[in-house]
Amino acid sequence: MADLKKHRIIRKLVQTATGVLQNGNLSGFISGKIYQGPLKKFCVPGMNCYSCPGALGACPIGSMQAFLSARRPKAPLYVLGYLSIIGILIGRFICGWLCIFGLVQELLYKIPIKKITVPEKVDKVLRKLKYVFLFVFVILLPLFLRDEFKMSYPYFCKWICPVGMLEGGIPLLALNEAMREAAQFLYAWKFAILIFILLLSVVINRPFCKYICPLGAFYGLFNRFSFLKLKCNAESCTSCGACAKICKMQVDPHKTPNSAECIRCGECVKACPAKSLSMNFKSKSQDVNGSLTQE
Amino acid sequence: MSKYVKYVVLVGAIAMLVLGITNGEMAAVLRKAVTICMECIGIG
Repeated sequence: MADLKKHRIIRKLVQTATGVLQNGNLSGFISGKIYQGPLKKFCVPGMNCYSCPGALGACPIGSMQAFLSARRPKAPLYVLGYLSIIGILIGRFICGWLCIFGLVQELLYKIPIKKITVPEKVDKVLRKLKYVFLFVFVILLPLFLRDEFKMSYPYFCKWICPVGMLEGGIPLLALNEAMREAAQFLYAWKFAILIFILLLSVVINRPFCKYICPLGAFYGLFNRFSFLKLKCNAESCTSCGACAKICKMQVDPHKTPNSAECIRCGECVKACPAKSLSMNFKSKSQDVNGSLTQE
Repeated sequence: MSKYVKYVVLVGAIAMLVLGITNGEMAAVLRKAVTICMECIGIG
């Protein structure tokens, strides 16, 4: 248990450090201006709005939509290649360790109040929603839904993304009077979405990551194939259920260690009393039936 | 099976990244990221 506690502290520290590093342009929070230096040509690995006054890098989901919604749409090869490299190397590890919005939701979930258990069937359907957001709002709508001038928009950023509102919308409007005057229905809509998700995070762990995040959906596609894998040694596993009980993403690691829902937080590895779970880059492992397999 | 898939995907991903960079896509990302995204902040 002490091991698990230490692991949780380390993970929180890494998540916080990532958030601070990605948003290290502190002067932006005073001047109300965003960073415009060369670092912004690099995408960050997690959800982090590039219109946050502190942001030093570009948001991969926003960048992808920028290419697709352009008057002459282009395949976002740089962003897709970058995200695919991360995905194939470590799967959803980014979600568990390097996403600032994931940390915000986790901290809200710590508020001691009765938690909601989403019925399994409802949860299963809702989890598919993030793929809809990825394929419809991030890819199809920016590509095909255009106005009379053949212009399109980053529809996910515009209508859904609560990260842009939290990191960009609130601080920028707080610091710029002209922007405050320009805020209308869209601002109220996005603000309402943010508040809804933050409130939901108090009673459901990481609702945005489970049901909405298109970046998590993308990385999740790689969990089955990634070099970093969660493995269960069936010979020593006693099927006690400790791993499933501790998993806040409702994955059952001893049955589906590489589920697309696993954010590789590693808590199950620390919680396993038989030390049957491991997370590493080794290609040899034992499958759930106990035979040695090579992946 | 997945052993080979991951290597194929990795090579494909690196190829996409290199192709994107040589096409000047980093500059396009920079252009987008240095201006305030009105849609992102709920204004535009």
